[in-house]
Amino acid sequence: MIPKIFWRLFSFFKRRISSRFFVIALPFTWVLLFFFIPFLLVLKISFSELTVGIPPYLPIMERIGEDVIAFKLNIGNYLYLVWDDLYIRAILNSLGLGALATIACLIIGFPMAYAIARASLKYQTLLLMMVILPFWTSFLIRVYAWIGILSYHGVVNTVLLKLGIIEAPLRLLNTIFSLSIGITYCYLPFMILPIYVSLQKIDPSLLEAAYDLGSRPFRTFWKVTVPLCMPGIISGSLLVFIPSLGEFVIPDLLGGSDTLMIGRVLWNEFFVNRDWPVAGAVAIGMLVFLVFPIVLLQYIQKNVQRDQTGEGGQMNA
Amino acid sequence: MASKSPKRSYKFDPWLDPKNRPYIRIENVSKEFDGTMAVNNLSLSIYQGEFFSILGGSGCGKTTLLRMLAGFETPTSGKIYIDDIDMTTTPPYERPVNMMFQSYALFPHMSVGQNVAFGLKQEKLPKAEIKERVDGVLDLVQMSLFMNRMPHQLSGGQRQRVALARSLVKQPKLLLLDEPLASLDKKLKERTQLELVTIQERVGITFIMVSHDQEESMTMSTRIAVMNEGQIKQVGPPHEIYEFPNSRFVADFIGSINMFEGIILEDAPDHVIIQSDSMPSELCISHSATIPPGASVTVGVRPEKVKISKMSHGKPDVIYNYTSGVVDDIEYLGDVSIYHVLTENGRRILATLPNLVRLTEQPVTWEDKVYLYWQPENGIVLTV
Repeated sequence: MIPKIFWRLFSFFKRRISSRFFVIALPFTWVLLFFFIPFLLVLKISFSELTVGIPPYLPIMERIGEDVIAFKLNIGNYLYLVWDDLYIRAILNSLGLGALATIACLIIGFPMAYAIARASLKYQTLLLMMVILPFWTSFLIRVYAWIGILSYHGVVNTVLLKLGIIEAPLRLLNTIFSLSIGITYCYLPFMILPIYVSLQKIDPSLLEAAYDLGSRPFRTFWKVTVPLCMPGIISGSLLVFIPSLGEFVIPDLLGGSDTLMIGRVLWNEFFVNRDWPVAGAVAIGMLVFLVFPIVLLQYIQKNVQRDQTGEGGQMNA
Repeated sequence: MASKSPKRSYKFDPWLDPKNRPYIRIENVSKEFDGTMAVNNLSLSIYQGEFFSILGGSGCGKTTLLRMLAGFETPTSGKIYIDDIDMTTTPPYERPVNMMFQSYALFPHMSVGQNVAFGLKQEKLPKAEIKERVDGVLDLVQMSLFMNRMPHQLSGGQRQRVALARSLVKQPKLLLLDEPLASLDKKLKERTQLELVTIQERVGITFIMVSHDQEESMTMSTRIAVMNEGQIKQVGPPHEIYEFPNSRFVADFIGSINMFEGIILEDAPDHVIIQSDSMPSELCISHSATIPPGASVTVGVRPEKVKISKMSHGKPDVIYNYTSGVVDDIEYLGDVSIYHVLTENGRRILATLPNLVRLTEQPVTWEDKVYLYWQPENGIVLTV
């Protein structure tokens, strides 16, 4: 019976829907199973009430009579986010730090991408390898390495002391400084690669045309190169900004106990306070917060790409 | 290939008068890339108002020469003067030279108007003047209506016009065109050729065009330089290059030609007699070659100068310049047909005949035994 239904369904799809459907179906199912359904679960938890038990929240749906089902939507968790300024501060802090890391990555990454794109083909592969190489090592180990570099008896302090530049070791670790370095370091390749790709795509004769029309290299850079690699800059910025907002590991290892990042707050709510409903509300709140910049940037990027190529741009992210 | 005369509406030959000073002087210029000479000790003089073509196969160095004029490449040795100013090492953004790129190189993020205005904007000209000049030049190329379009919204021919407008708007001393018509279809190409010449005559700017298409350079240019292996083989007006090529290379490169190896028997002031193994008759050319008898030379004759008569009509009344053979193939091109005639000793000789009547009604057809002959004034003696 079941195989028969399955077969009929299959032949229905085969007749009605092109093979493209099956190509899309797999990632679609993946997103549905591992993103959308968990999202609904978190959404549900965020509206439930805290309790002591396993699981540590009460169901939102309850049968209270013979034929009556009651929905209890507890919006207290969301109100709590607004009342306690901890969460707002954490989100603002995260946004600020994310923006800082994005700008730092852009400032460091753009010249690197530019240099790689300008290098001879023989070296391009090598240089790209060097950008990607850190990914072969565990993320955690790379972040731990920074502890060794920045700690009181770390590399930086030792060198500065030996050179006589400072008299006492500086507090570098567990500050906003070390945190920014960590995030910038970890996400730099995500900035370099899309910018490199879009720089590569620029037809060299466009730059020659600009020179030919009397535009000096500096003006050519701002009027031709930068506008043409805008899709790469936007993709790169999104790829750095969005994950750095929710970053938990780097703040935990390199940030001070006073650095407030939303990812860490979330962790604390879940695992320290065991307040799943509030943690859920934080997660949902963060998501809503993130959707705005993503949609905005995506919109800008689409416009930029449509202007340049006449196609609606595809997000690289 | 018909030899069209340049579509110039007036007589223009400043190169004939030695008192005229060349506008662009390329003096002993060489360019070396990793040990290969792209341009090899090349000298060339181009006069103001010329539409000059550099013609050559791929890899002959013509594009390198153009890029050195634009300033994208610096010569390894030699000098380039534009209007008597040494421009050999001047960067492209300081040269009074503009280029129309083969790919057009329109800025994809700018509208047609912005593309054309780009070159004027950094000159800090008043806005009103920029607008006036942009409008004027877009009007010249008939693209005024497309001012606000983006390049991707234009067809190939329209992009080509915008590229031309963009390079003309700065009123350069010299305009370089890199295969300007290569990506247009045949009909559009023919129309654009005419327009380019008309525009060039109107603006009076000196044009240098690089091309691999001989028909295109013949139609448009005042003079053509044929290039090969980094050197110029011949410079001259189109008809001169076609009728009096100075070497086997030029003769073979421009149009098609029948060539016969031979030995000079007699060299008189008004004619040369040459004996060729591949011809039953002796060859006679009605000009002096000033080469001693016994020297081996090549005789060339263009297919459209070769006449055909059926063998059944009897031998044509000539002593020189004839042979006989069998029509092996007929290439039908519409306006003309090219007859491939195989001679007894296996030589293939081409003869082009206008299709005055329909192909099926032509008196000469496949497998016909024919005589081929031409007049003494139509042969060319080639020594190199």
